[in-house]
Amino acid sequence: MALRLEQLHLRLGDFTLDADFEVPARARVAVIGPSGAGKSTLLAAIAGFLKPESGRILWEGRDITALPPGKRPLSILFQDNNLFPHLTARQNAALGIRPSLRLSDEEWARVDTALARVGLAGLGDRRPAALSGGQQGRVALARMLLRRRSLMLLDEPFAALGPALKADMLDLVAEIVEAEGMTALLVSHDPEDARRFAPLTVVVAEGRAAPPAPTEALLGNPPPALAAYLGNGA
Amino acid sequence: MIRHWPGALAAALVVALALGTLAAVALRAEGWTALQSADWAAVRFTLLQATLSALFSVGLALPVARALARRQFPGRRALVTLMGAPFILPVIVAVLGLLAVFGRNGLISHILGVFGLPPIHIYGLHGVVLAHVFFNLPLATRLILHGWLSIPGERFRLAASLGFGPRETFRLLELPMLRAVLPGAALVIFLICTTSFAVALALGGGPRATTVELAIYQAFRFEFDLGHAALLGLVQVAICATAAALARGASLPAEMGGGLDRAVQRWDAGATQLKLIDAIATCLAAAFLLTPLGAVVADGLAGITRLPGAVLWAAGRSLAVALAAAALTLALALPLAVFIHNAGRAGSALAETVAYLPVATSPLVIGVGLFIVIFPFADPVSLALPVTALVNAVMSLPFVMRAILPALTEAEAAYGRLADSLGMKGLTRLRIFLLPRLARPLGFATGLAAALSAGDLGVVALFVDPAEATLPLYLYQLMASYRMEEAAGAALVLLALSLGLFVAFDRGGRLGAQA
Repeated sequence: MALRLEQLHLRLGDFTLDADFEVPARARVAVIGPSGAGKSTLLAAIAGFLKPESGRILWEGRDITALPPGKRPLSILFQDNNLFPHLTARQNAALGIRPSLRLSDEEWARVDTALARVGLAGLGDRRPAALSGGQQGRVALARMLLRRRSLMLLDEPFAALGPALKADMLDLVAEIVEAEGMTALLVSHDPEDARRFAPLTVVVAEGRAAPPAPTEALLGNPPPALAAYLGNGA
Repeated sequence: MIRHWPGALAAALVVALALGTLAAVALRAEGWTALQSADWAAVRFTLLQATLSALFSVGLALPVARALARRQFPGRRALVTLMGAPFILPVIVAVLGLLAVFGRNGLISHILGVFGLPPIHIYGLHGVVLAHVFFNLPLATRLILHGWLSIPGERFRLAASLGFGPRETFRLLELPMLRAVLPGAALVIFLICTTSFAVALALGGGPRATTVELAIYQAFRFEFDLGHAALLGLVQVAICATAAALARGASLPAEMGGGLDRAVQRWDAGATQLKLIDAIATCLAAAFLLTPLGAVVADGLAGITRLPGAVLWAAGRSLAVALAAAALTLALALPLAVFIHNAGRAGSALAETVAYLPVATSPLVIGVGLFIVIFPFADPVSLALPVTALVNAVMSLPFVMRAILPALTEAEAAYGRLADSLGMKGLTRLRIFLLPRLARPLGFATGLAAALSAGDLGVVALFVDPAEATLPLYLYQLMASYRMEEAAGAALVLLALSLGLFVAFDRGGRLGAQA
């Protein structure tokens, strides 16, 4: 088992969320549910931005609950502000190797390789403002590649992209996760994303994050809380 | 994860300078019974001139702010910018400009002479108040304008749909805003004027027009009576602290004057009579601010060829002091801002109080305190310039904090988690993330600190050997010996130095701020 949430109890003001489940190694998991149900809160806790009220978070058997965000074996993409606007694409990606940006020539070459791999060869000197939304997402993915952390958390990073572009990005992420042997958690409010990206799905609703279940079966025969969210169209 | 010691160290240094020097002064002070009648006169004069300055500034700013709030006209933006300029204008330069207009040989006296009327006198209470209004009318205008523009435009639209005339609009919309804004504006100006030194030095003096700050300087410099100076220092601190406590919550000058460059559309102010009133108010305000500055530039250009070489040396010393002060301010402000952002609620509130403490302190009291502390170990006169830079840095701190703290909070809110998730800490976080994100407010703040220091005539007058004077002090010496032509040239150099420093750093920050 790669990721284990052990009797995790989260609190944010009046809001609480409980989770107690495991995620298998190298799995791709969607986290879906109504807005405000706590999907992002769950990811924030795993990433180390929210201290749990009680319970533990384990990665490959090791307790990481007390580690600061930068020391956890994971990379995270947020809904926005994933790149520093004052740094070039190349510098932003290079932060994945070392945040001081003091890199050897060999390391800079690795940065360029990573950028090429996400389809940004030759665009390294541009700042985020000169890149499209999809290209900005690719820079962040290149940085993830360079960080070489085994867990990838995605908090709706492509929500602002159009449907076709979003599908492209999800395919790219899936390919990277597969090739690097990573585990990935993707927050989304769109069941289509889950179908496309994740064989497993966690439903967050009514103060609880349910254990991962096979996506197709879950969406085909949703439990009441999920059915209410999906409505008749699903 | 986050190291607190640089911020704690900066806070400790500010406390030591603001309160430690006060303790040194208190230990050295004579008993309260030693206060002489001249000292009480200084207290009365300080309070009287500060009250009058605050009332006139706010009262005269009212029609100007109203005009700026409801009229869009060519040059409006320039006028609003001009309202920010006196803040970095060296006091002694402004005084020279005011003398050129309102002095015995000034413009107005000349015009009066044409009609056979006697010249006007600028020295004394009215001169001090005039100079304070020159500096604070713009500040009051900005504060009140801010209040006016904070009334949502929709409310004026609603008022128009209900058929409100100017009177109803005033009573129901504007008066409640003014009731909230005016007392704060008046108190801030009162506070600023209680620590007036350079204006009183140049335009006041004598038993009837001496502020407490000026009395400290005289006791220290001419009577060589440290105990008396220290006692007056305590009186000054009592006045400052009381005024600061009253003004608490009222705002400091806004950081960049952002958001002031638009007027609200109004339906109640179309009458020709009102338009005329607004036009007169803005023209008079512009003339009041621009004529003295124009006189400085015109007289300065005439005198610039006859500048003594000493002016250049003094300018060089001022430049060095200004750059050192600006660097020191940043070295204090950045760690403090990071500390305020990261510390727990109690620690952060305490650090913020420390950062704004200098508003309520007097530079001359800090100066006297430092003299007392340094004297047993070294010759304070030989350390005059470093001490000046240090005191200037601390006095600029509140304004610098006002500029960078909101920007830091904003940058951390947007990118703090990203930096955390990448493990950015300490100097790396500063270099890769915070400094580039804060380039613009940092450039503005550095320019402000440098310009304030370059134009400062305060502590330096207390300590320095006249042969080692900074440019403002040298300018004052020229004025005091009635070498007005050379003074005019020196004033232009000082004006260029202060504005140049501000513009250079502010521009640099803007260029450095990418995306």
